[in-house]
Amino acid sequence: MVNVQEQKVLLEVQNLKQYFSVKREKLLQPKLSVKAVDDISFTLCEGETLSIVGESGCGKSTTGRAILRLDEPTAGKVVYNGKNILDLSKKDLRTLRGELQVIFQDPFASLNPRQTIQQILSEAMSIQNSVQKELRKDRMRELMHLVGLPEEALSRHPHEFSGGQRQRIGIARALAVNPKLIICDEAVSALDVSIQAQILNLLKRLQRQLNLTFLFISHDLSVVRHISDRVMVMYLGKVVEIAPKHALFNQPTHPYTRALLSSIPVPNPKVQKERILLSGDVPSPINPPSGCRFHTRCPFATELCSSKEPETVEVQNGHHVACHYANDFFSA
Amino acid sequence: MSKEVILEVKNLQTHFITKRGTSKAVDGIDFILHKGETLGIVGESGCGKSITSLSLLRLIPSPPGKIAGGEVLFKGRNLVELPESEMRKLRGNEISMIFQEPMTSLNPVLPVGEQIAEAIRLHQNLNKKEAAKKAVEMLRLVGIPSPEKRAKQEPFQLSGGMRQRVMIAMALSCNPEVLIADEPTTALDVTIQAQILRLMKELQERLGMGVILITHDLGVVAETCDKVAVMYAGNIVEHATTETLYETPLHPYTQGLLASLPKIDEDQEELYTIEGNVPSAFNMPPGCRFASRCPLATNLCREQKPELIEHESGSKVRCWVYSNKWREQEVVM
Repeated sequence: MVNVQEQKVLLEVQNLKQYFSVKREKLLQPKLSVKAVDDISFTLCEGETLSIVGESGCGKSTTGRAILRLDEPTAGKVVYNGKNILDLSKKDLRTLRGELQVIFQDPFASLNPRQTIQQILSEAMSIQNSVQKELRKDRMRELMHLVGLPEEALSRHPHEFSGGQRQRIGIARALAVNPKLIICDEAVSALDVSIQAQILNLLKRLQRQLNLTFLFISHDLSVVRHISDRVMVMYLGKVVEIAPKHALFNQPTHPYTRALLSSIPVPNPKVQKERILLSGDVPSPINPPSGCRFHTRCPFATELCSSKEPETVEVQNGHHVACHYANDFFSA
Repeated sequence: MSKEVILEVKNLQTHFITKRGTSKAVDGIDFILHKGETLGIVGESGCGKSITSLSLLRLIPSPPGKIAGGEVLFKGRNLVELPESEMRKLRGNEISMIFQEPMTSLNPVLPVGEQIAEAIRLHQNLNKKEAAKKAVEMLRLVGIPSPEKRAKQEPFQLSGGMRQRVMIAMALSCNPEVLIADEPTTALDVTIQAQILRLMKELQERLGMGVILITHDLGVVAETCDKVAVMYAGNIVEHATTETLYETPLHPYTQGLLASLPKIDEDQEELYTIEGNVPSAFNMPPGCRFASRCPLATNLCREQKPELIEHESGSKVRCWVYSNKWREQEVVM
């Protein structure tokens, strides 16, 4: 378990906003935008795994992309090792990306089908100049060993591998440039359970061996519980709850977190879960509800919720909840 | 069991004939579905679960696919041998199907109400107006708010959960006796998935149909199914009631699958993994298909294919460990 207080802060996100403008439907309509991420802040400590969970469209992937400046954020600060990433020049950003890597959901879509694994890895190394030319061959063999693939794999193409093996290649490529922080965007979501378990074990082992920091984006709460130290729950572009893993799973406080946790089907027919069934769908992020964004689906919503946006309350050490009634729910 | 049998599958085999050889995607499976019951078919990608469901309604693209043998008995008729015109009357009427991605099964440029009405008019003797009215009724039944308005909208104007409700409304519009649901909630978020599963359960209780649920999600199975068939590489390897399967899984594959799931209520340092990969469908080993990944495998497993045998717990399992041969083998050793 990582104790947040004692750890060195590696990444600090402050008031990050990411709006995407949408086409007007009528000529004189005011300019509209999708508020995919709307004013979120959090910190990430060295060596820990922070997970972002939430349903489609809550802004979890957008947050990951904004941190890497794969999309240019609208406002806010992303401070990495004392430097604001959003102020960096293109050149400095490229250098820095060696330390910040990303693994995507579909490894086949993110590997060049016409390159061999060797070419894929050496391209990454040469862009970042992370390994001297003469040593690259050795480093590649070492990487293959690290992610559990045979050395012969280096001369083969991505299509010759199964889904799980491709994800291992994706991980090897991320590691090729000696990163400190890896953003895993739904990295195991496309895999079968038996393969998913292999990749999760691999990620955990690599984290221990190489002292990596993970920002783990996923919609699968069982996976998140397995891999995280801390968990952040997002809803419609806002952070609703952030807490150490055990606090979040044992004492979920925000009504949305509770509903989310209660919706997971449990692989045990004897467990009859008391289910908080939410009605309706997630509202549109173009025109999000006033006040608390969850009030339209919240079973406990009052008038206050629809008029005033809730402040974030710390209900316990490191456990933050954005709800007007956080303290009542926490003790309840 | 005193309940009425509505669907019986005997030794169903579906093969794909390609340049690389014959792939036995479904290689001799048997099961029985009773009225009002939910049967889950689980397995990982490529195990043949979706091909099984498509074979039941003869929706396999042919060529290259072919139902090579076996019977699908529905109300005394063998669907494998039924003429195509009879089959058409049956699909969507007595047996319906829902797929994973509603957007690819709905016509993108036709209002959803019309699409449902089209299915109704195909099978029932109703005029246009009556069918449109029935379509709205069906949308109301599946819990879509203001169904009159929604019926006039096109699929892209609906959310994912709403579209899946439309698919369910369409599938149920002719009161089918069997509903085949192929990964119906896989593309949906958990809170929406919970809504859809609850809805399917309610409708099943009300309409008394038998449901075949195809999924890779062992959590969904535990919550919705009465019986489960676990498939691996084209075979059923274990067939049991849901409770027995989760309490005493017999087949090493089932055990491995359950053990490799991350638990929501428990801390684990390392997850159990099933080493290796599924054998290629073109080149199946002669013995047990799981032998190359099985921690218990012996020469017997590698050389001879086990049959699906009955275990004392009432489950059926395709594994040598539970046979007399296994014990004899130990004596020799």
